Amino acid sequence: MVELVIFVLMGAVALAGAFTVITARNAVHAAMGLLATLFSMGVLYVLQLAHFVAAVQVIVYAGAVMTLFLFVIMLIGVDKEEDTREQIPWQRQLSLGLAVIVAVTAGALVVGGRFVWTPGAPAGAPPPNGTIQAVAQPLFEDWVLPVEVTALLLTIAAAGAIALAFRTQRAPREEQQ
Amino acid sequence: MTVTPGWYMTLAAVLFLAGLVGILIRRNALVMFMCIELMLNAVNLTFVAAGRAYGDLNGQVAVFFVLVVAAAEVVVGLAIIVAIFRRRATASVDEISELAG
Repeated sequence: MVELVIFVLMGAVALAGAFTVITARNAVHAAMGLLATLFSMGVLYVLQLAHFVAAVQVIVYAGAVMTLFLFVIMLIGVDKEEDTREQIPWQRQLSLGLAVIVAVTAGALVVGGRFVWTPGAPAGAPPPNGTIQAVAQPLFEDWVLPVEVTALLLTIAAAGAIALAFRTQRAPREEQQ
Repeated sequence: MTVTPGWYMTLAAVLFLAGLVGILIRRNALVMFMCIELMLNAVNLTFVAAGRAYGDLNGQVAVFFVLVVAAAEVVVGLAIIVAIFRRRATASVDEISELAG
């Protein structure tokens, strides 16, 4: 019962945030909507006993990624009005029609009671408790190589971002010489 | 009335759909990036819900990898957006068409 109440509340917040992201004219408002969605996702993770994932979600997404987004929004300006003219005719109508079709199909599945999950775990098995130790065990035993590869990926991404920042600063000077 | 994993899946599907629609109808590169984050988060929610349904922790482990790739993607993507903005003073994807043939 408690889970149902929290799920409905946080689901509503997540959907409202997502709606804000795609409709807000101001980019800062869109970022705030995304922040609401990310936070409610963290609560939904806690609800499913994924404690460490929830903590990482708040720290990395709501903390680091959103800060980066807001910094860039401040850097490149927020008061620019978005051009709503379409380059491709009917794009907006087509995409909204696609959304309605998918939403109606999903809704029919839910209302019809056909979206029933058949778990592979034996009935009555306790759900996995996502503590730090429990998550770290498979992460560093079965998934060591992927962890190292993602570490490499992060290093490359950071180096690439720095290289991009330097190049755009140097380019005008080279043209002058 | 208990909350089954199907509920989480449905919520994730709707969030993914919202992100997809946002990418299709928005013009601002930053907002399109936020919509990509929205879609990645929806997928993360399905990972956690499925891991819970199967009694398997690997669902939560997968979230970490998605998280890392998303973080790397945001870093590089925002750097590119800032670099483009310095040259063109626009964040609208329709105006950036130099690579078009």
